[in-house]
Amino acid sequence: MTTWPILSVTTFLPLVGALIVYLSRGDDEAAKRNSRWIALWTTLITFAVSVILVMRFDPTVADFQFVEKANWLATGITYHMGVDGISLPFVILTTALMPFCIIASWTAIQSRVREYMMAFLILETLMIGTFSALDLLLFYLFFEGGLIPMFLIIGVWGGPRRVYASFKFFLYTLLGSVLMLLAIMALYWNGGTTDIPTLMHTAVPRSLQTWAWLAFFASFAVKMPMWPVHTWLPDAHVEAPTAGSVILAAILLKMGGYGFLRFSLPMFPLASHDFAPLIFTLSTIAIIYTSLVALMQEDMKKLIAYSSVAHMGFVTMGIFAGTMQGVAGGVFQMISHGIVSGALFLCVGVVYDRMHTREIAAYGGLVNRMPLYALTFMVFTMANVGLPGTSGFVGEFMTLVGTFKVSIPTAFFASFGVILSACYALWLYRKVVFGALVKPSLMSVKDLTLRECVTLFPLIALTILFGFYPKPVLDMSAASVQQLVNNYNTAVTAVKAAALLQ
Amino acid sequence: MSFETAGYQLAPVLPEIVLAIGAMALLMLGAYRGQGTTRTVTSLAVVLLIVVGALVYMQPAGKQVTFGGSFIVDDFARFMKILTLIGSAVTLVLSTEFLSDPSRRIFEYAILVLLSTLGMMVLISAGDLISLYLGLELMSLALYVVAASNRDDTKSNEAGLKYFVLGALSSGMLLYGASLVYGFTGTVSFTGIASVATVSNVGLVFGLVFLLAGLCFKVSAVPFHMWTPDVYEGAPTPVTTFFASAPKVAALAVFTRVTLTAFPGIVTQWQQILVFVAIASMALGSFAAIGQTNIKRLMAYSSIGHMGFALVGLASGTVEGAQGVLMYIVIYVAMTLGSFSVILAMKRNGQAVEQISDFAGLSRTNPLLAFMFAMLLFSLAGIPPLAGFFAKWYVFVAAIKANLFTLAVIGVLTSVVGAYYYLAIVKTMYFDEPAGKVDPVRFEVRTVLAVAGLFNILFALFAGPVVSVASAAAKSLF
Repeated sequence: MTTWPILSVTTFLPLVGALIVYLSRGDDEAAKRNSRWIALWTTLITFAVSVILVMRFDPTVADFQFVEKANWLATGITYHMGVDGISLPFVILTTALMPFCIIASWTAIQSRVREYMMAFLILETLMIGTFSALDLLLFYLFFEGGLIPMFLIIGVWGGPRRVYASFKFFLYTLLGSVLMLLAIMALYWNGGTTDIPTLMHTAVPRSLQTWAWLAFFASFAVKMPMWPVHTWLPDAHVEAPTAGSVILAAILLKMGGYGFLRFSLPMFPLASHDFAPLIFTLSTIAIIYTSLVALMQEDMKKLIAYSSVAHMGFVTMGIFAGTMQGVAGGVFQMISHGIVSGALFLCVGVVYDRMHTREIAAYGGLVNRMPLYALTFMVFTMANVGLPGTSGFVGEFMTLVGTFKVSIPTAFFASFGVILSACYALWLYRKVVFGALVKPSLMSVKDLTLRECVTLFPLIALTILFGFYPKPVLDMSAASVQQLVNNYNTAVTAVKAAALLQ
Repeated sequence: MSFETAGYQLAPVLPEIVLAIGAMALLMLGAYRGQGTTRTVTSLAVVLLIVVGALVYMQPAGKQVTFGGSFIVDDFARFMKILTLIGSAVTLVLSTEFLSDPSRRIFEYAILVLLSTLGMMVLISAGDLISLYLGLELMSLALYVVAASNRDDTKSNEAGLKYFVLGALSSGMLLYGASLVYGFTGTVSFTGIASVATVSNVGLVFGLVFLLAGLCFKVSAVPFHMWTPDVYEGAPTPVTTFFASAPKVAALAVFTRVTLTAFPGIVTQWQQILVFVAIASMALGSFAAIGQTNIKRLMAYSSIGHMGFALVGLASGTVEGAQGVLMYIVIYVAMTLGSFSVILAMKRNGQAVEQISDFAGLSRTNPLLAFMFAMLLFSLAGIPPLAGFFAKWYVFVAAIKANLFTLAVIGVLTSVVGAYYYLAIVKTMYFDEPAGKVDPVRFEVRTVLAVAGLFNILFALFAGPVVSVASAAAKSLF
């Protein structure tokens, strides 16, 4: 066994990197270069450390591993970190995507590079912390703390409507979260502690379950985002710089789903069961409605943003189905969507850096000048559609199967989403890549540079690998998901049995 | 060592005696040597405050009572006194520049701050209504003069006068309330009142309401907040810093002590008053601040809101609530001193600038100042992992335990509204184009800002010890 706190090191390494970036003075070219390289190396080393986590992780154990505990605040609030099969994939997703974000910002960001890199590194610490915190207060600290760097990233380096988008993002998310904070307090008094593993085994009275579930729902539904509280997402995505969109779509949205898995299902199983129809309805509406909205978009980023909402609908549906396939599919769908949507935003960034517009109508016929780009974009479009052989298919299929066992109408309507996603994704692809190359501004456009290939090709490999061989992710989470589903079903059946006896 | 007069122990009052004698000595020094001694007197006053702070710190733990119960020194009192002394000392340090102007070499300034601080210390230790009133008046009278210390400025005079007239009114209400309480309980001592006031009767509640109204005025809680924006804006900025920090600590301390030790038998009576006052303060503080363009006025509304949040803790009427108030006030003082040192630092060509639009693009002209202020603003908004979040956590956790759910929900919702105007300043500093260079920041302002800023950012790391000290201090009230 190891003695060094590997999880804390992974979490706080980026923060150390941010400090180093801060200490590198000056704002000339050399200083910019330095901060870029420091940021890149920090994220790479963090990723390397997180790989050690994977190697030492025992997938047969359902409980938390790499547990660290230290005194923090008095009475029941401790510094408690640890990961299980549900959180580890998200930690890896975070550490793996960060280097790509740094590389994607290499030339696109020219003003205030030092601050930009610091914001990203601090954000990375907060994101990893969110997924590995095992204390509710600590979780909230990381979860909410992420608002500050993201607010600045959108507001300082964003597009023309950045102020509106950043305020909307911040206030929307804060509004949801403060209600969760009150529920955390109620749980603290109910269980006498904010320790997550302890609270998972603490009985919560039914009435408190309902209220606490709703409060947590307020926060996670906004973060996820679920229809009808998704409206901040398209704005934030459109205005954020490319790397900001990637982080937003790939990781920040997953915090909502992770929250449902970590808190709602295990701590409030009865309320989760009661509210499952609500979630099913909202998910189905999200899947169909936002897919239709996506069809009407004229901005590439906005289209992908709406498609994200639709895909997250599959996740919530799968999670609250409460079946093994549904929950595992939800986890897989989130990881897959993290890779695919992140990559799609990178693809948009590639053409945006060249043409400085995201309007779909401004493009057409790119395949003639950018064959490599056309190929890359196609892979991710297909993954977004959910074509078998890509990672997108596995997640959608599993969540649909899992939901089918519980609610056939939900699964029936949700499957329309698969068709609709094909409509908008292929439509986008045709408009941008195919057709005649008639626009004069596109005549001299260049294909992917080496730097862009470095960011996109590994993601292609992962998308196809997980499409054919999803086992690594599924195995990693299997034991923990199984335990979660068992506990959930036990709690629900116990109540049903008690109701029958009366 | 026997250190007593007329049978009363003097050891518990030692810090106050030292402060009073020291203030007199400095007054003599200034009076005989003229205005040229302003700098010396101010520096010595800071030293005196530090010495008094050390004396308070060295007092034995546990509860000591003297003057027949009029003067109480317990963990709670010592905690609040040290905080008050820090607030006063930092104010004097930040006033150096204000006092260095040839037209404003007034050594009385430091003396008045010292006397006001003495009043606060008496107020914090008050064990009956008489010493409460004595402390309150000593504190307030000195404050009225300090507010008008910029003699040639009409705004400063207006602030002083306004504060005086409204303050006198509130003192009158408080006295009226105190006399009613005395009339219906037959005693002025808090413990005596507590033993009689176990069932509510109309006269007692009437007195209680007037008493609380007077105290609400001092903490600038709605509906007795009207003086705050004008006085904050009109008074010189170092004076505003003082108003926002030390007197708030003392007033909140006595508020806590009176409600929890004198009226524990009729919690439900004052609880509903406090719930109303807290909700009104939080809501007004959040909504009214949105339209402000002057940063000092904005801070005034912000402080009204923050007092509302602190009263949320008190409204629960429990040990956790008292602990929440203590945590809140510690963090509030740090955030306030930090924010005001930023406002003091904002100078362009030697002229202080106070409009929010003057902060435009500060992140490029002075990145460190902008960063510190942004973190303070996020903290005031209660965003984790900054100190302000922990302040809110401890008051709301107490409210939840006391089943004050409506109060808690309204409270957090207003905090979201409040976040909007703090964000608007961050936006001005970070997203807007620079409005011109700012002058280099003076050493003492920089030091205060650095200490307060680091306290604010790194609070999560050393929150544990602060929490346990606050918890011990809160328990000493029960």
